[in-house]
Order: sequence, then C-alpha cells, then structure tokens
Amino acid sequence: MTTETLLWLIPLPPVLAFFLIVLFTNRSKALSHSVGVGAAFLSWLMSMVVFVRALGVEHLGEHPFESSINWLPTGDTWLRIGVLLDPTTAAILFFVALTIFMIFLYSVGYHNFGQPKGDHDHKGLPPHGATVDEHGHTHVVPSVEPMYSRFFAFLGLFAFGMYVLVLSDNLLTFFVGWEIMGLCSYLLIGFWYAKPSARDAAVKAFMTTRIGDVFMLLGIAYLYSVTGTLTFREIFTEDVLHTLASVPSGFLGFSAAGLIGLLLFIGTVGKSAQFPLHVWLPDAMEGPTPVSAMIHAATMVSAGVYAVVRMFPLISLDAGTMSIVAFIGAFTAIFAATIAVAQNDIKRVLAYSTISQLGFMIAALGIGAYVAAVFHLITHAFFKALLFLGSGSVIHGMEHGVLHTGNHHVDPQDMYNMGGLRRKMPITFWTFLIGGFALSGFPLITAGFWSKDEILADAWGHHHYAVFIVLAIAAFLTAFYTMRQITLTFLGEPRTKEAEHAQETPWTMTVPLIILSIFAVGYGWVGIPEHFPVLGGLVPNWIHEFVGGTLAEHPEAVEFNWTPLLTSLFVALGGLGLGYAVYRDVNSVAQDRFQIPLLKNKYYFDEAYNYLFVKPAYWFAENVVYKLMDQGLIDGILHIFGPVTDRIGAFIRNNFDLPVINRFFGDGSADVTYGLGERMRFVQTGRIQQYLMFALVTFIVVGAALYFFLLA
Amino acid sequence: MTGEQIIFIVVALFTLASGVMVVTTGNLVHAAFWLVSTLFGVAVTYALLHANFLAVVQVVVYIGAIAILFIFAVMLTRKDIRDRGPQINSNWWVGALLAVLTFGGLFFLLQDWSGMSTTASAYPSDFDAIAALGDALVSPNAYVLPFEVASVLLVAALIGAVYVAFNRK
Amino acid sequence: MVPLSWYLIFAAALFSIGLFGVLSRRNAVAILLGIELMLNAVNINLAAFWRYGDVTRMAGQVFAIIVFAVAAAEVAVGLALVISVYRRRNTVVADEIDMMKW
Repeated sequence: MTTETLLWLIPLPPVLAFFLIVLFTNRSKALSHSVGVGAAFLSWLMSMVVFVRALGVEHLGEHPFESSINWLPTGDTWLRIGVLLDPTTAAILFFVALTIFMIFLYSVGYHNFGQPKGDHDHKGLPPHGATVDEHGHTHVVPSVEPMYSRFFAFLGLFAFGMYVLVLSDNLLTFFVGWEIMGLCSYLLIGFWYAKPSARDAAVKAFMTTRIGDVFMLLGIAYLYSVTGTLTFREIFTEDVLHTLASVPSGFLGFSAAGLIGLLLFIGTVGKSAQFPLHVWLPDAMEGPTPVSAMIHAATMVSAGVYAVVRMFPLISLDAGTMSIVAFIGAFTAIFAATIAVAQNDIKRVLAYSTISQLGFMIAALGIGAYVAAVFHLITHAFFKALLFLGSGSVIHGMEHGVLHTGNHHVDPQDMYNMGGLRRKMPITFWTFLIGGFALSGFPLITAGFWSKDEILADAWGHHHYAVFIVLAIAAFLTAFYTMRQITLTFLGEPRTKEAEHAQETPWTMTVPLIILSIFAVGYGWVGIPEHFPVLGGLVPNWIHEFVGGTLAEHPEAVEFNWTPLLTSLFVALGGLGLGYAVYRDVNSVAQDRFQIPLLKNKYYFDEAYNYLFVKPAYWFAENVVYKLMDQGLIDGILHIFGPVTDRIGAFIRNNFDLPVINRFFGDGSADVTYGLGERMRFVQTGRIQQYLMFALVTFIVVGAALYFFLLA
Repeated sequence: MTGEQIIFIVVALFTLASGVMVVTTGNLVHAAFWLVSTLFGVAVTYALLHANFLAVVQVVVYIGAIAILFIFAVMLTRKDIRDRGPQINSNWWVGALLAVLTFGGLFFLLQDWSGMSTTASAYPSDFDAIAALGDALVSPNAYVLPFEVASVLLVAALIGAVYVAFNRK
Repeated sequence: MVPLSWYLIFAAALFSIGLFGVLSRRNAVAILLGIELMLNAVNINLAAFWRYGDVTRMAGQVFAIIVFAVAAAEVAVGLALVISVYRRRNTVVADEIDMMKW
C-alpha cells in the first residue's frame, strides 16, 4: 500500500470507531473499548509504517509525501484538499499516534472496566463506588463508569480530528480538524454533565477557544483572498511569500503576511491557552483525567503550537508579528509558572504547567527557533501525558482510599491530603518522577533537558536576551513547583487515612505510564546538539537534520555556548533542590509560605473576565436580545398579525361581503327577479287580443330584422 | 284595361268594403250579414279563378253553414237584442297599426318577387278540374291522407263542440 | 290578363282587415268573424297560385279544401266555447274573459 494511501487511511479508524460505538456497540462496554482501542492501535500501526518510510526518504522536506484531490469548484479553478507528510508532520505524527493509543488503553482502566456497577451511580456524574460482599464483610470498591462507551466514542472522534489536523495539506481541512477538536473538548470536558462545574467548564473552554477561532478564520479568509489558495506547499513558495510580505494590509502597518500571521496566531492563543485566553485550561480539569491528558498534553494544545509551526514560513516574514508571538509566549511562560506555585490540586498544577510550557514553545517560535520548538513540543507531549496519566493514577489510588474509609468529604485530588504514596503506588511514583524530572529539565538523562536547553541556547545564541532571562526564570519556577508537587504527593508520610489506604492501579493504567516514561527519557537523545561537550557528535542530531529539512532554508545549528547550558543546569537542579528543601517539612496548607492569595486566585483573571465580559453578555442577552428583540419586536410583530387579520377580515366582511355579495348579488338578484316579476306580471292581462297583439309585434320586428340582416 | 281586370277590381272592392264593414259595424247581426256578403265576393273571386268547385263549396259551406252558425252564436250570446257599448276596443289603434304594418310588410315582400307580374296561362278547355280534384283527394298517390285526417278533425271538432256547448241542466 | 300580383294584394288586404278585426273587436264572436276573413284571404291566395301555376296540379285546390274543413271545425268549436263561456260568465266581451290574468 502506498504511503499516500496510508496517509488518507490513518484518520479513518477512530472516526469509524466513533460511529460504530454510537450506533451499534453502545450497550456493550467490552465491545466499545475493543473497537476504540483497536482503532487507536490500527492508526498507530499505520502511522508507524508511514514514519519508518518517511525516515528512509532523502530530503523529505523537498519532496514530501503528498496526495490531493479536487474538492470545491471555485469558478474556473478548484480548491484542493489532501494529505501531506513532510518531516515535521512525520515527527509529530509519531508522538500523536503513540499518545492517543496510550490514552485509549489507559481509559479502560481509568473508567474501572470490570468493576461492578455502582450503588447509586447516575449517568452524568462520576462513579461513586459499589458495595461488595467479600469474605463476610462489605467493601466499597470503585464502580464502573456508567457512560463508558460514550467516552470511547468521543475519544475516537477527538483522535480523528487530531489526525485530520496533523495530516492535512491545506488550511481548510486543518481548520476542520481544529474545530472537531474544539467540539470534542467541549463534549469531553463536560463529560460528567450533571456536575454544574463540569458544564460551566465545558462552555468556558468552548467559548474561549472560539474567540481564537474567529480570528483564525479571518486570517484564513484574508490569506485566501490575497493568494487564492490554501494549500501549504503552494503558499510557501518564494513568489507567494514575497507577495505576502510586500502587500500592505492597511492595519497598523503590518504587511499582509504579518496580519495573517497575527490572526492565525490568535487562534493559537485560544487553542493553546496562552495569555490572555488561558482561562479555560485550568477549569478543563473537570473532565476525566484521560481527557486532560489527551487534550491538554498530547493533542489539542499541541495543535495550537503546530499551527504556528506549520505557518512558520509565513509568520516569520514579519518582524512585528514575531515579536508579538515571542512576547506572549514568554509572558505566558512566566505568568503561568507563578500561578502553578500556589495551586493545591494535583491536576491544576499540571494545567498551569502546560500553559507555561506552551509559552516556552511559542516563545521559541517567536524568536525563530523552529527546530527547538518542535523538539520541545514532542518531548513535552510525552512527559506531560505521562504526568497527567500519572496524576490520574494517583487520584484513582486516593479514591480507593476514600471508598475504604467512607469519608467523602476528603478531596482525592488535593495534594495536602496525600503524602507517602511512593510506597503504596511504586510504579506510579517512579514514572511520575521521571516525568517530573523531564519537565524540570533534569540534565542529560531526561528529554526535557535537551529540548529546553535547545530553546535557551537558541535564545542566547540569537541575542534575544530578554526572552532568555524570562524563560530561565520560568524554568526555575517549573522545577520548583514540580518538586513541590512530587514531594507533597509521594514523599514523606501519609497525611490522611485515605492516603494510607491508597492502592496501585491495574496494568491497563500502569503500562501506558511505563511506555511513556521510556520516551520521556529516551527521546531527548535524538536531539543532542553537535557541538555539545563530550556527548555531541556521538549521536547525530537527528531532530535537527530531519525536522529542519521542512523549511525551505535549512536552519543552521546554533553555536555552542556555555552560558545557556550552565543556566539550564542551574535552574533545573536549583529549582528541584529548593522545592525539595522547602516542602519536605510542610505538612499542611497553613505551613505553605507560597499560598499567596494573588497567585492562588490566578491573578483574579476569572473574576475580571466575568465582570468585563460575561456579565455584560448576560445583561445584553437578557435585556436587549430577549426582552427587546424577541419579546418586543418579534413577538410584537406576531401579535399584530392577529388583530390586523381580524380587522381586515371584518372590513372585508362588512364592506364587501355583506353589501356586495350578500345584498347586491344575493339579495339583489332575488329582488330584481322579484321586482321584474312584479312589474312584468301585468303583461298577463288574461286578454287574448293583447297577447295576439304582442305576438304580432314581436313577429313583425323579428321578421323585419331577419329580412334586413339575413335575406336582404 | 281588359274586361277581366275591370270585373276583378269591382269584385275586389266589393269584397274589401264588406270586410271593412264586418269589422267596424257596431251591430253584431249586421256584422254577420256583412260577412255573408264578403263570402259571396270571395266565391265570385274563385269563379274568376276558374276554381268552380271552390266557388260552390264556398257558398254552400261557408255561407250556408258557417255564417248561419255565426248568426246563431250571436243570438245565443246576447243579453238583449240591442248591442250595448262600443264594439271597438280601446286599443283599436294598435290593431290598426299592426294591420297596416302587416299589409305593408306583405306588399313590400311581394315587390321583390319576380313572378308577380305573370299573367295566367290559358285555361285548357278540355281539362276536367273537378275530376282531377276528386282524384287528388282520394288517390293514394295524392292527398288521401290529408283528406282523411281532415275528416277525423271534423269528427273531433263535432264531438268537441257538442261536448263543450252541452248544457247539462 | 289580371296579373297575379293583384290577387295577392287583394288577399293581403283582406287578411289585414281580418287582422284588424281580431285585434280590436270587443265581442268574442266578432273576433271569430275576423278570423274567418283571414282564412278566406288565405284561400284566395291558394286558389290564385293554383290558377297561375300549373293548372293540372291540384295541390292548390286540395289545400284550399282542407282549409275549408279546418275553418269549419274551428268555427264550430270556437263558437261552442264562446257559448259555453257566455253561459258561465254571462258575457261575451273578450276583455272581461280574463281569469288567466296575473
């Protein structure tokens, strides 16, 4: 089977799974997860085949695998859609396919497959546990998720959207995939729809990303109007890029390329939760953990960065846009890192960490470090997915403890209720540790080190010193809060009874963790810079060679410099060490010195947005649209119809029907006939002579007429 | 002006004058008598037309029967011997007008006809008109059917007249 | 040497006179007198046409004979009716026999 055919086929299994599950296998849990996991496996297999083949191609960037069809007739030309596999796509496809497969597998265990049905479980609420009679005494065990099949269906649709986005060769299908993922994020965040917080979070996520999407669509439209095409390869030709760079857009002095880039970037700001549209991502933790892993680590937020990566040749044309990108990225990185320090929910910390790391990638792109950004994107997907799945495992273990003690007031997600879990959940602990170290950039052995170091090296090497400093501080904070998280969760002694009774999770959950941790460690080694002391040159810098080939001009590797290396070593180890030192003795919230209200409350952004946008929107909807327009105008018009019709009817009745039809025609004809009869009856005199006279007169008249008109 | 013409004009005038008297005289018995004279004039006209049989039948039937009948009818329908009131309608002028119009119309119609001025061909001297008439009346190839129907009609009329005028008292 | 037209005009005149009598006489019997005149005029017409056409064709005279018969019958019945009406309503004035009016 040709690679191009495979490329077309890769998105198919997940969407087929979606339809199959929705239509047919909804009732059977085993069948649904088999279909779902099987589909994910199939797509992964095909992606691996494609990836291996792509590795074998020399200069894949110049002649990538592509296949397109005529789709939309536009006058004389056609809008084409299709698939494209250039080096960047191949590298990203690798991690997308793997993480999706891992998450599918993980969900089987996460939703407690095989466990009994809950005592009072409701569709729409998280499962609450089932009482089981075992060896004489009753146990409460975790119960299976009532909407089990639905989850896999949504995950399938989500996977489909991501594959479409990654593999598309044009902005239109890219955007389609983008929107599908937006929809699925809504469906999945609000998976437990009976929880009000989940519902609100889903709406918030969708609304916020929508704002970004609108601007992105404007960008796409503007691009199309200037160039007449949406296919990436056609846009990134010399001529088209030159045109875009020189045509002024009329907006604040940006060139067309700059404005398009800016608009597309706003889409990314929404999707990748950058400042100021970052507010949805922490709330999105309401969804089940596999969802958080999928959406907020591996796929959806990566899609935002991927958008900038894809459009890099366009965005990089305009210095103004690049500056904005770099600024927002760097600002978000440090901003989110400061908030993460004060969060107590295990998933919240990871959420803000994601925002911060995405900021790193965006900043890298903003300063032109293409390869570094892609590299960090890939490694981040691995270790963040690992961390999220690990946190899900932790929460599962804690819930076991909650069910055991029966105390439902204990929040299984609050880190201050945990502690000492390294003994109870060893596999989770070690994998989480690997992931956390990767996130912090632990030197040499973790992938995060190599990718983060690359970004810092690029920033220093190209003299973006402001970005360098900001990112270095953000990296320090990252290491700090990560160690805080690990310390509070795993190290020390259990702080609550629930933590004491925590239990390791089944293989379906731990095996994905192990697999991901392998990559979280090993993937870094494909990106060792050439001039790195000692290690450089041992292994070729595959990622630089391979991914760098995507761009028209192969980016040159930055010269090795000791400053960024020492900085990253310092921030990583220093942050980790400080985190451990501060938190090893902290046993309760009161002892935590970093519980600053400003940070804890996320700089009051939610409150500000609520006041500035949400409340006015509600007011507008209530008063203007509902009361004024709907009730007043539309209903008013409708209410006019009744009386007006009534009056028209009465008018017609009284002025036309009664006088003309009834009186004039109806009664009138009767009256006329009667009147005529009354007057004409006098002809009947009864006298024969008069009858004869009339007859004669008539005869003479008719005869004369006949004679003169016919015979004469 | 041949003699025939003169005789014709005299007879015609006499008949027409009698006719006028029939329709204008106040006394009804006088009218009946004037009818007799008119019928006589008509009979003479038939004779002029060499319709001998018709002339005689006219006298016998019309004058001998019908005129008598009229006189009887007049007799039987009088409250007293003298007629009372005018015998002419109040709308007599309409009638006069119509009569004039009719005559005028007929006259006008006759003007266009070409055969108007034909004169009678000579009457064949050896032609037995009466025998031919008798033949025509009873011959199945001729007019026996109208003849028989006429007889039926007369019978019907006879019975009808008797029945209608029958005095049940 | 009498032209046909003379006979026809004569008949027409007699007919019109009879018509006048029918239309304007008050007495019912007098109306019947007028009718008699009309019938006689017709007969004259028929006889004239017989004479001024082919004399061997007896159709004209036969027709005249039939008219005679019809006239006789009609007079008989008519006068019977008049008499019957007279017995009932005690009048022969045509204007007064108007029960069939409106």
